[in-house]
Amino acid sequence: MKTLADLRRGESATITRLVLGADVAARLMVAGFVPEACVTLIHCGPVGGPRVYLLDGAEVAIRRELAAGIQVEQHP
Amino acid sequence: MTAPALTQIAAAAKLVAIVGPPNCGKSTLFNRLTGLRQKVGNYPGVTVEQRIGRMKSSTGWVEVVDLPGISSLTASSDDERVTLDVLHGRMPGLRPPDAVLLLLDSTAVDRHLGLAALVLKLGVPTLLALNMSDELHHRGGSLDEAALSEQLGVSVQLISAKFGHGLEALYEFLANLPNQAPRIQLPILQSTPDCRRWALRAADQAGFRRPARSVWTARLDVLALHPFGGPVLFVAVMIAVFQSISVLARPLQELCERAVQLSSALVSAALPPSTVRSILTEGVWPGVGTVLSFLPQILILFLWIGILEDSGYLTRAAVVADRAMAKIGLQGKSFVPLLSGYACAIPAIMATRTIENKRDRLATILIVPFMTCSARLPVYTMIVAAFIPEHPLLGPVLGSRAAAMIGLYAAGFLGAAGTAWLLRSTVLRGMPSCFLMEMPPYRWPSFRFLALQLLDRAKVFIYRAGTTILAVSLGLWLLTHLPLRGGYFPRIEESFAGKFGTGLAPVLKPLGLNWKVGVGLITSLIAREVIVGTLGTLYGIERPGESGNLATALHRDLTAGGAAALVVFFAFALQCFSTLVVVRRETGSWKWPALQFIYMGAFAYISAWLTNHLVTAVFG
Repeated sequence: MKTLADLRRGESATITRLVLGADVAARLMVAGFVPEACVTLIHCGPVGGPRVYLLDGAEVAIRRELAAGIQVEQHP
Repeated sequence: MTAPALTQIAAAAKLVAIVGPPNCGKSTLFNRLTGLRQKVGNYPGVTVEQRIGRMKSSTGWVEVVDLPGISSLTASSDDERVTLDVLHGRMPGLRPPDAVLLLLDSTAVDRHLGLAALVLKLGVPTLLALNMSDELHHRGGSLDEAALSEQLGVSVQLISAKFGHGLEALYEFLANLPNQAPRIQLPILQSTPDCRRWALRAADQAGFRRPARSVWTARLDVLALHPFGGPVLFVAVMIAVFQSISVLARPLQELCERAVQLSSALVSAALPPSTVRSILTEGVWPGVGTVLSFLPQILILFLWIGILEDSGYLTRAAVVADRAMAKIGLQGKSFVPLLSGYACAIPAIMATRTIENKRDRLATILIVPFMTCSARLPVYTMIVAAFIPEHPLLGPVLGSRAAAMIGLYAAGFLGAAGTAWLLRSTVLRGMPSCFLMEMPPYRWPSFRFLALQLLDRAKVFIYRAGTTILAVSLGLWLLTHLPLRGGYFPRIEESFAGKFGTGLAPVLKPLGLNWKVGVGLITSLIAREVIVGTLGTLYGIERPGESGNLATALHRDLTAGGAAALVVFFAFALQCFSTLVVVRRETGSWKWPALQFIYMGAFAYISAWLTNHLVTAVFG
């Protein structure tokens, strides 16, 4: 299963499921990481650090561990 | 400043709460409405800042409370709990608000309407203000205020708090607050995804057209968030900030110090030798004056933090620094406070307010005093000059004295890192902090609001110097001048402070230190560098400023092990009453500063003990 962490810069995907603890998932959803949302990786930042995603017009940075818990379906 | 006036009008005035998500310009609007008539405090028991101000409307005074930025209303964080308590009228010392000014970012209405629905359901009369209308229009977005107003059943007004557009409707609302909220049916939103879906649809029906991404932001971020370019820019910005502080602040600080010395000399000359003169020139001036001379440095630091924050770079810097900070269990936003700690712990602790996560903020506050602040320098310089002969280690690049100083800086940093790790694996254990940050578009900072912020900081700082620090200085003066001997002041070793210091001697002996240092440790609670003056007095040096004499005296009186133990003690101990007072203010209780003082004291004592034995074994 692909996750947000697998995207490369400029690639887009649709979120299918959040496989994370309830607290963290709740915070991510409030920030817009909900199923059906379309997400694009726009900035990679320093190696191993947080990455910046574009969703619903917002640019949001999250750490890689969180991104790895967000399953996606990649757009062709 | 306006505290009494605020309480006087409190009973009569209406109370309006500003509610909104982070980064929607709430503070800008709050400052715009209340100007300088505001008061900053803490909500009881939590580290959430309370800002209350008042404004004159056409029908009378209105009190405005600026609530913390929130994204939902689930009471899952202190910020959300405070907001809920205030809106429900459950906050002690604050009556239920008569109305809510709900502020959203107009360029992101679709994402934040979910919060609007939750707030509207509370049933308090509400005006929905959509901020940053200038940006919305500039980037080609649009919104039908009337359509949105009809859907939500409240008045909707596009405004620009920064430029003052559309504020007439706000003033009108504040002047004639409605008594009742209109009854409207909003959908029951069970889950966040449902809420989100509803919000996107509602915005769509209100003719919301999302603005294009800011071109400049995208361009700048290609560099600022580049895997390699990002860190390079980050380091360059930090060097520029700290270089400018040392270049600009040092002359200003010297000017302040000279003003303090000069005014002290004037007072000394104007008054006959008396108790009053002694209190002023030996108690008030050294204590309050020393602290006030840090004011330029603190203001320049805050000016920079304000510029970086308002322009939007600080969030990028936090992203870039996050990986390094994660290694010690902190996060990117802890970086700026830690760096500021090299100047002075007081502004650094105040700068932790930019960290939303409470646990990370507390951890940062607790480790900041380990960073080598400028007040430790005089002590380090004194000991290093007395005990370490200058000889080159790496040719002309690095001398033995510079190496010793670098070692002391590194020791402070390692103490901070180790303590952060310890805190995050014990008292502040929990989930790894969920680093999640929205990147605002880059904006020009507004100098009007930067100036207001600086004024606010200066006010808080001067107020503290004039109250707490004045009181402590006077208390310490009494301890060093009582009990009287035959109607005269005692010699310092016969004073209460001297006796405390002498009493400390058995405890200090294992560190290789004597009672004179003990007295110095007591007086250094005013400000660390005061120990230099005290030791000068105790060794009977006429002019303690001439460190050469003091160095000779110290060299004769202390062993190498004891001297090393003394600097190591200063590197780790929290010998600064002002810092404790700020920590208490920022954390809302004496619990954390007490814990911090004891922990750092024990850490310092054990390290100093080890150092003494190690140095004595090697060189003794």
